[in-house]
Amino acid sequence: MSSPVQEFKSMAKRYSADLRHRGLIQKALSGYYVKRDENKARYQSWQGAREMASEIKYEAVNHLDKYLLEFVQKTEARGTKVHWCPDGAAARDAILKIAEENEVRSIIKSKSMTTEEFHLNHALEEKGFGVFESDLGEYIVQLRHEPPYHLVFPAMHLTRGQISDLFEKELGSQPTDSPEELTMIARRVMREKFCEADMGISGANFAIAETGMISITENEGNARLTTSLPRIHVAVMGIEKLLPNLEDLALFLPMLATSGAGQALTCYNTMYGGPRQPGEIDGPEQFHIILLDNRRTEILADPEQRDALHCIRCGACLNVCPIFKNVGGHSYGTTYQGPIGSVITPHLRGLQDWKHLSGASSLCGACTETCPVKIDLHHHLLRNRRNAAKEKPVWWERIAFSGFVMLMKNPALYSLSLKLGRIGQIFHPLVDRTPLDPLIAWTRSRTFPNLAPKSFHQLWAEKKKKS
Amino acid sequence: MSNGREIILGRIREALQKPAPKHHSPTESSGHGHDSTGHDSTVRDWLPTVGPTFKDHVELFRKNSEALKTEFLVFDSLAEAGSALTKLATGWKMVGIHRNPVLESLRPALENAGVRLLFTDNGYEKAELAACDAGITSCECLIAQTGSALVTASTCGGRSLSVLPPHHILIARREQLVPDLQAALAFAKQKFGGSYPSMMSFITGPSRTGDIERILVLGAHGPKNLTIFLVP
Repeated sequence: MSSPVQEFKSMAKRYSADLRHRGLIQKALSGYYVKRDENKARYQSWQGAREMASEIKYEAVNHLDKYLLEFVQKTEARGTKVHWCPDGAAARDAILKIAEENEVRSIIKSKSMTTEEFHLNHALEEKGFGVFESDLGEYIVQLRHEPPYHLVFPAMHLTRGQISDLFEKELGSQPTDSPEELTMIARRVMREKFCEADMGISGANFAIAETGMISITENEGNARLTTSLPRIHVAVMGIEKLLPNLEDLALFLPMLATSGAGQALTCYNTMYGGPRQPGEIDGPEQFHIILLDNRRTEILADPEQRDALHCIRCGACLNVCPIFKNVGGHSYGTTYQGPIGSVITPHLRGLQDWKHLSGASSLCGACTETCPVKIDLHHHLLRNRRNAAKEKPVWWERIAFSGFVMLMKNPALYSLSLKLGRIGQIFHPLVDRTPLDPLIAWTRSRTFPNLAPKSFHQLWAEKKKKS
Repeated sequence: MSNGREIILGRIREALQKPAPKHHSPTESSGHGHDSTGHDSTVRDWLPTVGPTFKDHVELFRKNSEALKTEFLVFDSLAEAGSALTKLATGWKMVGIHRNPVLESLRPALENAGVRLLFTDNGYEKAELAACDAGITSCECLIAQTGSALVTASTCGGRSLSVLPPHHILIARREQLVPDLQAALAFAKQKFGGSYPSMMSFITGPSRTGDIERILVLGAHGPKNLTIFLVP
């Protein structure tokens, strides 16, 4: 097994050289930019809305114990069973137990990135449960035995041709190049699964403390069906999903839609509070909420980066990130890709193993600028770098930097090194791009620029002499 | 598992002992006239404008419906709505429906079209409901700002009726049209208070997906068609 950093480097190298992949991602995102900007322009003030969303999330996250308890008390009063799970293993066990105790046979899932954190599908399949992802993109990557490529658009790296081939192989369908026909194939398959399933598993986008309800945002209607037809509904949510008041949704639902997919509002925004209530005609007999910590409290314990828990998983920071657009979602090797993934993964899975993601950044700040809840993303990347170096200094970096400091502080040494450099570069073509090239890390895919014949210092002195 | 709760709450309380700063990115600290003491402002100051009159709301709902590919029909009388419904339902075999005064008044129109009515109020077979040509429901509100309708499990025929059949027909009365999401949520809070339905859903257009090459396809898992009748 190679380490996360080796894996990242080799995948990133492969993907960024793959022009077809880059073209596909750019094409997919160009439509998003247009729609997102159109919808943002309709706001009286997008910046005002961001400011307010950030304030509300700050309030919720910084009083998390209070709002969690209010939420749990309200939802339990309506017949919900809440499972407090300190880590992924506890969540996995709780869900397996629900499935086993109720003699569940078939499970339908609607999109939940949180369940990817603890590889729920794998655990359920291992115990012999059939699990079907009902979101179209998730279903496609499930058939390919792949993790989601993007936390909102799971299959954006695939062409219709690849999807048609996949459906032909896995489902025996006729090949087609029509996205509509492909969607209808999946719809037909899923209709059967929805009606058969006795357990539905969903995520949650928000949890409202005031009413004890969760809110799920989706376009396809698959979450509506997942939570309507089976006799058991299990919703998996991170503990940070809270909003204090019902009316907060009036702000967050449109902002999530605009940031996430460039829509004014997503097709279905549904609140769920409990199992079927007295007098209701359908809906599940049991409603379980899995409250997952899984090291979110590590982020909470870092006041400097606590605002990373404001994240509503809209994916906007991925969509604008030059790194994401070049290396693609799978290179990260994480549940959450892009800038937000690079910020939180070191907290969730270990700083030293995942610090390289914070290095893979141009620090352009596009992520911070686009974030609807104003997470200070690109500065957090710097903070992760600083924390990693402080926790475990790298010996050669220390030597290199003290050498650099010495050079920059000493004018004579600096000009000597320039002179040596000008001599050295005459011989560089002899080793250019060979294993002997000291600049190989740069020259492998780039041309190394020559030093200017005269330094600025020299030019300035000459100019002065002339006048 | 009973101590999972204590473990998590303990971790949270320990973590929160250190207060967190509010980050302000220098790039956009000014320019929108909002000071960070902020909570006097409401979401209505930031979200898209709606317009003050009923006519504005109808027009905005119509415009949003067009963009969403919702069929939005405004009627001056129930009789007109009835004949439009008869026309729509002609050729259909069975529709799902629930008991509600406004739907009751349109029942003759469906009988004229010769369709069988499957009432969900006393339970239903999933397969039978899925086989219906359409589901007809009432709603709690229409929202002009977003072109949405609010339906609930307890007042609109259950959880599945509005999402399982391939065509959803939603009947709304004029006074149900509200300006924005905030008004719709305030309405729900006032109406249901402490005993909310187990499900409340904002439906905004027919079911859709863009999961294949980001190309829009309608009718992903829910209804391919959404028709909204606005009646007196």
